[in-house]
Amino acid sequence: MNDKNSQKIVDIIQNWARKHSIWVLAYGTGCGAIEIPPTMTSRYDAERLGVRGAATPRQADVLLISGYLTVKTIKRVIRVYEQMQDPKYVIGFGSCTINGGMYYDSYNTINVLDRYLPVDVYINGCMPRPEAVLSGFAQLQKRIAAGRATGAQHYKENLEWYRANQKKIIPNWVMPDYNW
Amino acid sequence: MNILGAVVTFLLAFVVGMTYGGLNRKITARIQNRKGPPFYQNFIDAFKLASKKSAIHHGAMHHLGPAFLMVSSVVTLMIVPVLTHSQWFPNLNFQGDLIFLLYIMTFGPLGMALGAGQTGNPNSAIGVTRGLSQMVGFEIPWVMALVAIMIQYHTTSITGLMAAQAQSGTWLMFSSPFAFIAAILAMLGMFGYSPFDVVIAPAELASGPASENGGKYLFTMMSSGSVFAFVKLTLYVDLFLGGADNIIMLLIKTFALYMIPVLYSNTSVRYRTEQSIRWFWGWPTFFGLLAILQAVIF
Repeated sequence: MNDKNSQKIVDIIQNWARKHSIWVLAYGTGCGAIEIPPTMTSRYDAERLGVRGAATPRQADVLLISGYLTVKTIKRVIRVYEQMQDPKYVIGFGSCTINGGMYYDSYNTINVLDRYLPVDVYINGCMPRPEAVLSGFAQLQKRIAAGRATGAQHYKENLEWYRANQKKIIPNWVMPDYNW
Repeated sequence: MNILGAVVTFLLAFVVGMTYGGLNRKITARIQNRKGPPFYQNFIDAFKLASKKSAIHHGAMHHLGPAFLMVSSVVTLMIVPVLTHSQWFPNLNFQGDLIFLLYIMTFGPLGMALGAGQTGNPNSAIGVTRGLSQMVGFEIPWVMALVAIMIQYHTTSITGLMAAQAQSGTWLMFSSPFAFIAAILAMLGMFGYSPFDVVIAPAELASGPASENGGKYLFTMMSSGSVFAFVKLTLYVDLFLGGADNIIMLLIKTFALYMIPVLYSNTSVRYRTEQSIRWFWGWPTFFGLLAILQAVIF
């Protein structure tokens, strides 16, 4: 057994564990935050899939961007995302993260989240119901198991491009180059 | 042989503690009319946490904090006898180990407090303050209960107390009931489940002292917490329920004891810190006083 094969086996086991234990940091920026409590509580019970809320970015695996992001909140979101530990994933939640949704022509919201943070899974709808959120998590689980949820890696490789986009909309950039 | 036995003891404590934690989540879910995660969910979580990368640096104490917790758990595990007669579970008992145990059980939280202090996270600092305040609360009835049984049986060793129970044929739970009640009420605080989860307070303090710890740190804290839960339950079984002769009896007795904080947590909401301390200095301390009176007079 060579190193490549043994690494493959380790990856399969680790991805299985990651798939069944997803700790979510729900960043309640927009109206989408109201759909998270029913997803987590008795009626839809996301915990049976291993999906659980995390208290801080350090403990979280998934950053759930629930709705539109203003140019003010995206700065915080970037800090939060960069404080999370690898492997980490981003779920864009609602139409606002895809194309701006009903705020497409607003002067202070961003339209396409993928230009600023690497999104692994989108959940569309305005609002997406808890069923849609659960299906989004199922989609993320599939991607993790297949090893295709590599947004964080993409972010690291193309950090300059993302930084340029971020700095274009954040006028007062008073942060270190990478927030550990 | 002794080293192998120590490893076996640790593995047993780890597996049982993790499984109890998973059952706690399952029972909580069923009480809330949910399906809940599988009982082995904690093992998956632990494995995932261990396989995460960690790129956090706040200084040496921050790295050592979870290690202090682990050391405290393992030393406690080595002192508490798991079964009454078994060569597979050696222990380092000596005259006066009950007093040593009182110290070593607070060693881990103190080390964790130092580590959490170095992160500079305000949530950690508040969590540490709350945790140490609450410890002052529940340590008093706990120490009173232990002092009472030490006076009553003229011994300061756990094996001595177990031998005394075997000799008299009754469990200490029945021969000194007030000490048992005070110790059980103190145990609610030791586990830190609701309503005494003022330290963790997930929706309020963002998990308190653990808020800067992710990945491998959290794995260490989780496994040491599981081992420590098993040790605490075993200690209560040894002191008050006459110990256990085999693993099955141990599991039955510890699980029955574990249900007390679990079910109590599911029927109550979080106290504020001062309410929690006042609670511990109320009835639990009163029962502790009764226990000492009983031990001195009778």
